[in-house]
Parts: sequence; C-alpha cells; structure tokens
Amino acid sequence: MPEYGAAGQGGTAAREVGGFLLRRREQIAQRWADETLFRTVFTVSREEAVEAGRTVVEALAQVAGADLSADPEAPGFLVVREQLSQIGSARTRTGLTPSQVSHDVDALRPPTVDLLVADLPDAAPEAVREATNVLTVLMGTLRLVVMETALSEGQALIDRQRLQLLEMTTPVIQLWDGIVAVPLIGTLDSARSQIVMETLLESVVEQRARFAILDITGVPTVDSLVAQHLMKTVAAARLMGAECVVSGIRPAIAQTIVHLGLDLGTVVTRATLADALGYALRKLGTDIVSEASHGAGER
Amino acid sequence: METAAGVEACLPIRSDMDLVWVRQHVRQAAALLGFGLVDQTKLVTAASELARNTLVHGGGGRMEAAHVVRGRVNGLRLVFADDGPGIPDLDRALTDGYTSGDGLGMGLGGARRLVHEFAIDSAPGAGTTVTVTSWSVRPPLPREEA
Repeated sequence: MPEYGAAGQGGTAAREVGGFLLRRREQIAQRWADETLFRTVFTVSREEAVEAGRTVVEALAQVAGADLSADPEAPGFLVVREQLSQIGSARTRTGLTPSQVSHDVDALRPPTVDLLVADLPDAAPEAVREATNVLTVLMGTLRLVVMETALSEGQALIDRQRLQLLEMTTPVIQLWDGIVAVPLIGTLDSARSQIVMETLLESVVEQRARFAILDITGVPTVDSLVAQHLMKTVAAARLMGAECVVSGIRPAIAQTIVHLGLDLGTVVTRATLADALGYALRKLGTDIVSEASHGAGER
Repeated sequence: METAAGVEACLPIRSDMDLVWVRQHVRQAAALLGFGLVDQTKLVTAASELARNTLVHGGGGRMEAAHVVRGRVNGLRLVFADDGPGIPDLDRALTDGYTSGDGLGMGLGGARRLVHEFAIDSAPGAGTTVTVTSWSVRPPLPREEA
C-alpha cells in the first residue's frame, strides 16, 4: 500500500524479506507443515503439506519482492489463490468459524519471524525491526487473502444451492391417464410459483391432462400471496381445459385461510391427495374398487 | 426467562429470503412459548403478510420479536417497522380487497383477524409501524386445585 511503496527504506526491507523467503523456503515450509493449518488440511502426507507450504512461501517472496506486501490483490497471490481457497474452505467445512481459521493462519507467523531473525544475525537492530515489520504486514495480507477466498467460496456455494432449490421444486407426476399432480414443498415465493405454473401447464399439454392436482401438504405457510399464486395457476390451467384440484390442506391451514378472509370458493379443494385423486377419477368415469368387495361372492 | 434466547430478536426485512427467516423465527418462537399448532400457523401467516407489506410497500425495514407475559399466559409481540412512504388512509388500507399494489388486498385486514391484538401507526412520509400480539391461550398450565 502507499506508505510502504513510497518509503524507499521500506522497499529495501521488503526486497530483503523477499530474498529471505526465497532462500529459506524449504525450512519455512518444513516448519509450516507442523502447524495446525497445514496438518489438518493436508492429511495424506507430510510431503504434500511441505509442497503446498513451499508454493505459498514462493508466492509470498514474489509479493514481497514486488514491494506489495500490504496489497491482497498483488499478482503474486493469484498463483496460490486456488490453493489458499482450498485451505480456507477445508477448514470452514469442518465447522470452524472464520476467526478460528484466521487464527490458524496467523499461527504461521511466529515460526517465520523466528527464522527471519535467525537469518539476520549481523544486521543492525533497526534493519531487523524493519524486516520483521514487513514480514508481519505480509503475513497479515496472507491472512486476508485466505479469508477472502474462503468467504467468496461460501457465497458461490449459497448461490449454487439457491439455484438447486429452484430446480428441485417441481416434479410433475402422472398419477393416471389424464391426471397429473405437483407436490409443492417449501416456500412458494414468486420465482418458484412461476416455475410451478410453467411446468404444470407444459405437462398439461404433454400428458393431455384433464385434471391437475396441486398438493400443498409440504407448504408450511399459506398466506395471501401463496393463495394468489395458486388461484392464478388454477385459472391458467382452466384456460387450457384442465381442472385443478388443490389438495393437502391441513386443519391449521384451513382455519388460517378462513381467518385471513381468502375466498377459495372457485377452487376445488380436498383434504388429501388420495381424496383429490378419487375425485378426479370419478369425474373421468373411472374408479378404484377394492378386490374384497368386488369378488365378495366368490369366497 | 430461559426462553428469551429463542424469542427476542430483531430481524432485517430486505429481501424475499428475509421473509423466510421471519416466518421461521416466528414459528420457532411461538412453539417455544407454548402456542398450539393452529395459533402458530395463524401468527406465522400474519407475520408473513406484515413482513411482505414492510418489504413491498415500506421498501424494507425490520421485525422485532419480544416475549410478553400477562398473568401466567405467554405472549409473542411482533413489531414491523419501516421508514417508507407511510399509509395516507388507514381505514381504506384495512379494508379487504383494497390494494395499492397488485396483490389481493387481504394482507393487512387478514393479519388483523389472525392475531389477538393489532395496532398500526402510520403517517404519510413517516413510515409505518405495525404491532401485533398473540397469546398462547392454551398453555400447559397446571390446574388450580380447590
């Protein structure tokens, strides 16, 4: 950042630290491999941890050499960004909080500082302090980069899951010749009910369905917006020649709908999916009869 | 009160996702306070309507949940507040079927019927605050022995 880039002395110290990191990369990587962070992420072999540590140290050396110790966007970090995000997300997946992960990354600093001080036995105290400062800033930036990549990984995961949720909402099931059913599950917001309506209307055409059953057993809350979406879907299906039956209305939901003042009078409703299927079958002129009553005389 | 942890909360209402959060919190809090299934469902539905009003008409806001006690009956008080344009005509807004958006116009009036106590405070330009309270009328209280 500016204050480091501008100070000429800081620049020298930064280059020195860069040189130190490159010279001692093997030793540093060996030390890091024994720290919690590397031990828990690279569990297969110690060699793997050392290898990973070496790449990170080399990247740090490049960043320090370019005098960009405080810049998380430094080009040197690009190379190891994926590796760092792997480290960060592997730790958060095990249930660690971001601050715990941050603490783990910070644990890499003391052994590195020890090595740096040991590496400068004849330097003036002034220069040692300068170099230690640069290294501390550099390690702080590393910490920032790890956290940043881990968090953006989390955000990407959330976005993916949201899309997955949208997709898994609406299987249309053919229950009988001419009867399709959609079991609705979870929250029916505008985006999801739009998808429900589309897939239902498409399957009405595909299956030449006369009846479409919307089962809301899995919808925890039916408020006026959900009811509005249901009624719109029913109206649209009716335009296409299919009759909609809404099933799965639980007692608590029924009472709530009444209190809310919603008028579902235009919609055929049934308590259970089985009732709705029976209603549709009878309307189609079919019925399911049990074998016992049918063949009672043969016993 | 040991249930306070799961009841008291201030949740932001800024997106559709937040509505899900509001509903889940109200359901959990109501269950903790001993609400029956029907009362839970009513309160959650009312919260859903009011939170959506806060989001759609108020341009976002927040919900505060608080545990209230009257005698030995637990209650849940929910305050929905926004800094939106406010409601110019409260009576008309509470009329079933009246809507300033494209909804059914049942939200506010419906919510009032779903809760035990309902208060609304709004003025043009000053935002809207809706306070609702419901009581767990059938708590598992020990019977008073004579």
